[in-house]
Amino acid sequence: MSETTLLSARGVSLSFGAIQALVGVDADLWPGEVLAIVGESGSGKTTLLNVLSGRAAPGTGAVWYRTPDGQLLDVHTMPAPALRRLHRSDWGFVHQDPRQNLRMGVTAGGNVGERLMAQGSRHYGHIRDAARDWLVQTEIDPKRIDDLPRTFSGGMLQRLQIARTLVTHPRLVFMDEPTGGLDVSVQARLLDLIRSLVARFGIAVVLVTHDIAVARLLAHRTMVMQGGRVVETGLTDQVLDDPQHAYTQLLVSSVLNA
Amino acid sequence: MNNAMLRTEGLCKAFMLHLQGGVRIPVLSQIDLDLHAGECVALVGPSGAGKSTLMRSLYGNYRADVGRILIRHGGSMVDLATADPRVIIAVRRQTMGYVSQFLRVVPRVSALDIVAEAAMARMHTLATARGAAAALLTRLNIPARLHALPPATFSGGEQQRVNLARGFIGGHPILLLDEPTAALDPANRAVVVALIREAKARGIAIVGIFHDAEIRDAVADRLFAVTPWQDAA
Repeated sequence: MSETTLLSARGVSLSFGAIQALVGVDADLWPGEVLAIVGESGSGKTTLLNVLSGRAAPGTGAVWYRTPDGQLLDVHTMPAPALRRLHRSDWGFVHQDPRQNLRMGVTAGGNVGERLMAQGSRHYGHIRDAARDWLVQTEIDPKRIDDLPRTFSGGMLQRLQIARTLVTHPRLVFMDEPTGGLDVSVQARLLDLIRSLVARFGIAVVLVTHDIAVARLLAHRTMVMQGGRVVETGLTDQVLDDPQHAYTQLLVSSVLNA
Repeated sequence: MNNAMLRTEGLCKAFMLHLQGGVRIPVLSQIDLDLHAGECVALVGPSGAGKSTLMRSLYGNYRADVGRILIRHGGSMVDLATADPRVIIAVRRQTMGYVSQFLRVVPRVSALDIVAEAAMARMHTLATARGAAAALLTRLNIPARLHALPPATFSGGEQQRVNLARGFIGGHPILLLDEPTAALDPANRAVVVALIREAKARGIAIVGIFHDAEIRDAVADRLFAVTPWQDAA
């Protein structure tokens, strides 16, 4: 078990005018760990994800990332090109809407290969082989490699986004409601795919979801947010089966059992 | 007493129900339980006394309010009541298995892989783990033609047997069994009794809840009474 965190946040606060989006949030993520951030709309979970990944700057507080060679980088003071490089190599980001990440005018294979090229790969044959391999890993028929994403279903687009994200073997992936807006059957397939890929490659994940069943299936630890604050955090099954905070009890008791 | 595999000291647990006006329901009071290698301790007490709550607390699924839950893990004792979540995960992977009353079905994962996954902590290749999983499922009378199917459509008894295979295959030094035979017919109950006896012979320490007195008598070395909270004080 590693004693050093991959990502740490301390005292992160952020206000939008009079609205306190984040209030004194601390968070830690260890290598290979899946951390879920749950809470209702407006609780600050997506804002926190954006601050953790350097996409939004906090008002106060800091976020550090530890590189593979042990260097600590302050995510919000590092030069912008270095942060972009991090997003292209060590990190990945999976959006709820895959269109935010995919280039709709580029073929499926091109979408996956592009991230490898951004990392410096130049050999066309290798790039195409890697793209085909990742289409297969994400259960997309490799015959579709030269098709445009606009001909794909919603579930396929989400899987293509995951292929594009994982092709560079990131150590840390941020996911914002990756199964939101999908049919239940499509959602189950995607969850199982994420679960097995994350375990196989030992990827650390910060996962934002409003669906506590998703947290239970994927996350080792869960943080519960309400009004920009972390009200409870711990082992996922402990937080969900023995919730201590009034808001977590409400969240857990509000779920319908199918 | 120093070689206990599991020991609780003054364990107390209450539930605070914030949504019911902050009602506090005390369940466990001052539980001191010792468990040694190769023995099976059966929790007994009336329904509602807190047997399952104790079991879930031992597994770290419920949070202890007061007291310690000491587990022999990798040569030292760790206190699950205060352990970091990552330590609890490591304890569950290597040291302590749990068979719940109901299988939590994961979409699309086959019965074979649900069991093989639990064996992977101990076996080095997926092929070996799957071989062992198939053998144990077959022993629990899950026919080979069902192994490749996700258990969502299985009967209650079949799901329970998949759950049992998942619990027993890990070879954890400590095993917690919550009503392992509730949904089983006599032939399968006999298989479970045999599995428990073999596990004890290998030195595995077991805590169980067995409503079936016949099963309890067949496997338990000791009874541990869990008394309703009102009587305990």
